[in-house]
Amino acid sequence: MHTNLAAQINSFLAAMVLLTAFGMLVQRRMYGLIHLFAWQGLFLSISTAIVGFVAGAHHLYISSILTLSLKVILLPYILHVLIQRLKIHKEVETIVNVPMTMLIGIALVIFSYHLTAPVRELSTLMTRSTLAVALATVMLGLLMMITRKHAVTQIIGFLAMENGLFFAATSATYGMPLVVELGVALDILIAAFIFGIFFFHIHKTFDSLDVDQMARLKEGD
Amino acid sequence: MILSPIDIALSSILLLFLIAVLAFLFNRYQKFLITISFSMTTIASLLMVAAGGWTVGKGITNQIILPIGLPDLLFHLRLDPLSGFFLTVIGLLAFFVSIYSLGYVKGFLGQRSVTSLIIFYCLFIAGMFMVVLADDALFFLISWEVMAAASYFLVMFEDEKIENRRAAFLYMIVAHVGAIAILLSFGVMAGLTTGFQGFSGYTFDAMRATRFPLGWATAAFLLSFFGFAAKAGVIPLHVWLPEAHPVAPSNVSALMSGVMLKTAIYGIVRITFDLIKVFPWWWGAIVLVFGLVSAVLGVLYALMQHDLKRLLAYHSVENIGIILIGIGLAMIFTSFQMPLLAALALTAGLFHTMNHAMFKGLLFMGAGAVLHATHERNMEEMGGLIHKMPWTAAFFLVGCISISALPPFNGFISEWLTFQAFLLSPSLPNPLLNLLIPMGAALLALTGALAAACFVKAFGVTFLGHWRGHHNPNIHEADWPMRTGMMFAALTCLGLGVLPTLFIEWMDVISEQLVGAKIATSATGLGWMWLTPIAHERASYSGPIVFLFIMAVVVLAYIFLHVRPAAIQRVPIWDCGFEKINQRMQYNATSFSMPIRRIFGFFFSIKEQVRMGSHYGHKAFPKKLHYHLRIRDLFWGWLYKPVIEVSFWVSRKVGKLQQGRIQVYLIYSFVTIIVLLVFQG
Repeated sequence: MHTNLAAQINSFLAAMVLLTAFGMLVQRRMYGLIHLFAWQGLFLSISTAIVGFVAGAHHLYISSILTLSLKVILLPYILHVLIQRLKIHKEVETIVNVPMTMLIGIALVIFSYHLTAPVRELSTLMTRSTLAVALATVMLGLLMMITRKHAVTQIIGFLAMENGLFFAATSATYGMPLVVELGVALDILIAAFIFGIFFFHIHKTFDSLDVDQMARLKEGD
Repeated sequence: MILSPIDIALSSILLLFLIAVLAFLFNRYQKFLITISFSMTTIASLLMVAAGGWTVGKGITNQIILPIGLPDLLFHLRLDPLSGFFLTVIGLLAFFVSIYSLGYVKGFLGQRSVTSLIIFYCLFIAGMFMVVLADDALFFLISWEVMAAASYFLVMFEDEKIENRRAAFLYMIVAHVGAIAILLSFGVMAGLTTGFQGFSGYTFDAMRATRFPLGWATAAFLLSFFGFAAKAGVIPLHVWLPEAHPVAPSNVSALMSGVMLKTAIYGIVRITFDLIKVFPWWWGAIVLVFGLVSAVLGVLYALMQHDLKRLLAYHSVENIGIILIGIGLAMIFTSFQMPLLAALALTAGLFHTMNHAMFKGLLFMGAGAVLHATHERNMEEMGGLIHKMPWTAAFFLVGCISISALPPFNGFISEWLTFQAFLLSPSLPNPLLNLLIPMGAALLALTGALAAACFVKAFGVTFLGHWRGHHNPNIHEADWPMRTGMMFAALTCLGLGVLPTLFIEWMDVISEQLVGAKIATSATGLGWMWLTPIAHERASYSGPIVFLFIMAVVVLAYIFLHVRPAAIQRVPIWDCGFEKINQRMQYNATSFSMPIRRIFGFFFSIKEQVRMGSHYGHKAFPKKLHYHLRIRDLFWGWLYKPVIEVSFWVSRKVGKLQQGRIQVYLIYSFVTIIVLLVFQG
């Protein structure tokens, strides 16, 4: 494959990742969120595979397969089951209204482009232009955690942040060493299980997964 | 040499740790546990006395590096005469107190498990030994913490009482604020040793080899002095002492007051004379001034107490002050290149360290025996105990005379030596000091007189007169292990008082190493009978002769009074015609200290209330009089309350950050990340 073409495809996939990130910011339905998250994982995994192919870094294939199996299949499945069991597929409430969130998100994307400008100048990698998108994905994930009240959406935000980090690693240095990659994958998996268990408990205790309820745990003055 | 003192010292510490482990195993056999563990601590303490005595006697220095600790930061231990001296002091008192504990701790049987007491008792003693042996900052601080934590749990021993928990908490806070200051001080010195590169400067050897620039040395000294002063209970950092000592079990109070405070003295001497070595005169002046303030105010506060153990705790403040006066004078003389006088002052300070350990240990043991027998700490409820507890009374009296600095006991010797250091000091090239030194001598004299007054009160109200209490408990004499422990301490007080020259000759090597002069040649110039600090034309004192003279007077008085059968008669008290006299009308502690309360009233915050109930609503027909007196330390209101209030205020403000909402916490981290990214360049 021609390197230029690969860079084009990669940029396109980065744009899709960013688009899904924004999509998650505005999506009010739980199932929609999970589907968007799965799509984001899919774009990420394809992008990783392409980078691995072009750069000849074959361990990226393994990363790609891991991403595919974990973030596209397993985690969305777990979340799906969770939502069905807990019967929480209603609309998601946001703290800040959607247009405002979008504006903040756009500001964050511009900020990330500004931040990564020096890196883009120095780097010779074909993925250098996607670094800004990766950083923006991280920040959008965090923004999503801040603006949502529901515990499950917070977890999806967290996982989206992780996607962004993974993307950043791929685009900045053609991926982290495989050992680190595997470790992170395992962490994510375990985190998902722990979250699942906690959700059940939180749901049982507060009869809701609204994290505002947990403010009651604060010690009084 | 096959066996060196440091081997003995290490085996003693190991033995103490072993006892702490054994205490777990024998948890179920409490009585047996008390016997076996305190017998073994006596052995461990004796081993340490042997190690210390040998080191000082021969003037040898041993060093050893233990293969434990952090990687590249191994534990260094060193046993030199200064450490040896403190090991002897700690070991000796620990020996007496361990014997005493064989009887005392049995009082807890059937009330609560004593396993924790034994474990922390062993760790506490081991911690004190390790502090003195440490030769690097890391091991020193670890030992310091072991000592502080163990003593915290000992203060907490009877944890069902709220005052114990409060006292222990206060102690913990002061101890840790002090420990942080000491840590910073070592940090400054260790950093300068290597120019802030690497950690190799943490050993005391490296610090010894470095000449610190004056500014940094001053910072290190002030920090360490603050830290050690908090531990020693120097005014105004003394507030934990009168809270923690009374509530701890008495054998622990004896150790805490007798020797734990002395580890702080050790720290000050070690850092100034051994590690920093060259210092300006005003460091000594600072130590001297704090010593004087602690001595005078300590004894004044002590006079106002009517809780026996609280009174003794305030006296520890006073005596730490007297020790610091000696140390401060030694520092002043050293900075003016007067080694002989510095040696005299340092010897006086260290001698008083030894003496205070002995007589304060003895007094706390006596107070413990009284507490054990009467279950009462308030002197106003006691009286006449000399009839029921003659042995305890006799030993307590020895302690009282010693602490009041009266011959022929040991307290006199060290205070007299301190006076000599004051009086022999020539005019120094500094007008401020020339003013301070005579004033210091006068204040020291005042302290001695007030201390004597205080112990007349303590002994008189507790042991003489009649029982004042409402209830009449079954008072019994202390059992033989307690009596033995007290007897040994009393005999040591007497021995040090009668034969001070031998002791001074033994410990002279310390001042030779630290300030470069010996006083033994001049101090014992007229033989072992006469103590002549600098020259016998100036001042001399003979312990044996004074002792024999006093003994002769006592014996003659006894014969005079008891040979004639009619000399002593027991008759009803003459009641001035007032018929309803009862035992509550005796002269008591509050009335005894009243004149002093009037004269020095501005040192206390006194709340005095008199309420009168009367017949027919007219005060001409009084029925009942209520007298309420509350005396508090001024420093509590001046210094501690503002600090406490400010810290609570800050906590409340900071607490507002904690909203309890996850989103808010996330915003904090988000904003932090953004800000850091913006200012990345």
